[in-house]
Amino acid sequence: MEYLNILFSETYKILFLLLPLLTAVAMIVWLDRRVWAFVQKRKGPNVVGPFGLFQSLADALKYIFKEIIIPASSNKIVFILAPIITMTLALISWAVIPFSENYVLADINVGILYLFAVSSLGVYGIIMGGWSSNSKYPFLGAIRSAAQMVSYEVSIGVIIINVLLCVGSLNLTDIVMAQKKIWFIIPLFPMFVIFFISALAETNRPPFDLPEAEAELVAGYQTEYSGMMYAMFWLGEYANILLMCAMGSILFLGGWLSPINIYPFDLVPAPMWFIIKILLLFLLFALVKAVVPRYRYDQLMKLGWKIFLPFSLIWVVLTAGYLLYFDLLPKV
Amino acid sequence: MIAHAFFFYFFSFIAVVSAIMVTVSKNTVHSVFFLILDFISISSLFIMIGAEFIGMIMLIVYVGAVAVLFLFVVMMLNVAKQKNTWFKSSTNSAHIPIGILVSIIIFFEVIIVIGGWKYKPELTKQIVISDITNTHSIGNVLYTDYIHLFQLSGMVLLVAMIGAIVLTFRKREGLKRQSYFKQISRERNEGVSILNVKSNQGVKIDD
Repeated sequence: MEYLNILFSETYKILFLLLPLLTAVAMIVWLDRRVWAFVQKRKGPNVVGPFGLFQSLADALKYIFKEIIIPASSNKIVFILAPIITMTLALISWAVIPFSENYVLADINVGILYLFAVSSLGVYGIIMGGWSSNSKYPFLGAIRSAAQMVSYEVSIGVIIINVLLCVGSLNLTDIVMAQKKIWFIIPLFPMFVIFFISALAETNRPPFDLPEAEAELVAGYQTEYSGMMYAMFWLGEYANILLMCAMGSILFLGGWLSPINIYPFDLVPAPMWFIIKILLLFLLFALVKAVVPRYRYDQLMKLGWKIFLPFSLIWVVLTAGYLLYFDLLPKV
Repeated sequence: MIAHAFFFYFFSFIAVVSAIMVTVSKNTVHSVFFLILDFISISSLFIMIGAEFIGMIMLIVYVGAVAVLFLFVVMMLNVAKQKNTWFKSSTNSAHIPIGILVSIIIFFEVIIVIGGWKYKPELTKQIVISDITNTHSIGNVLYTDYIHLFQLSGMVLLVAMIGAIVLTFRKREGLKRQSYFKQISRERNEGVSILNVKSNQGVKIDD
């Protein structure tokens, strides 16, 4: 009976997080397309519902009613598993994201490591999808994305070390609370820029969308997918983008903290600030998609390994040296 | 405690079954997928005994990096086409004695560890329960008491990395490489030259 109570209350909490998240994913797809359209002086989706807000729902309905085609020569179990894994991994990482001091599903000690681990697992959905399709374009896309995501994971890890040096804890709530005096974007601004660009590469967003570069690879690892399975890849991708935005705002933009802690600003509830920061970061993501042309593959690898990694490593040494010299290292 | 035991048996069952499937499955890529599943369930077991740092590091390093490269190699070498048949065929059973030998060695190693744990319990009872998280406690000993071993293992990894690069590195001739510095520092007079072209004669550009 006791276990049942725990089970139900936890399920309720999870639904309380998941349903808004999925709605948000649908909405930011719309936002993404709108921003993209405005940059190109088009209108974008504006027909379904007010401002075209229900466009994503219409798309989802269309996907649900489409036939799922499984290629005859594919590896069927892996083929079906791939979108499921992508979607699951994109959603479970939200368990540790703190929306305010008390609004967090699982306040674990190694929150940032958990986020990092889950985002590094994300590559499997893509590899499995590409390999099991048993076709040239998906396979090439999968191999590209495996190399790309592993490369940029490394620099994201080093950037996280930079932040952790200033915090002294792996807990996400502690990371946010450490930014009460000053957001880490100010002392660690170069790291924020590198984090943002690495996040673009990690989520396969333009200008680093080589795994699905339509000019050369049709649609990359998604080529053979159709109907709801394609939609799940798509949703997982956008949930991952939102996650990266959330991670960026926790690490550098002070999570749920308000910019200035004076009268009109502290009326806004804490989770609101967090959501505003996520949306601002996502707006940047969307603008980059519209503005920057696609990278060539060797340029991408060069940027990851030869520029970002050494630079962020040097920055670790600088941060550690600074903190040690001025005796600012966080006390345990 | 019932839930704890349930999850322990759940994860260890998955770990054992996927470990068996790694060797049994016919498709090599499937083997790697089962290996990944094995890693994940073992890191869940680590988290269950309270070693969350090791569990997460296991996920990041083994699943996030090592297994990806492993999968990469298996897929690229196209081993997937050669079906893993040795488990079935009676003729090609030369691997079985070696497998038995290795498993006997591992079995005795486990026996030694468990035996030491049973007969010298004071060795393992030095656990001090305190407020600090196990990330902090690992950090406290790793960079103070064991700094030399830590540096040594780092050196070993560095040497292995350089060795791997040296072994696989080959310099290809006649390859055009992009140099940003060269591109940006190019002046107008290096790229453009104005020629007087006489009519009906054309011009010869030497490059």
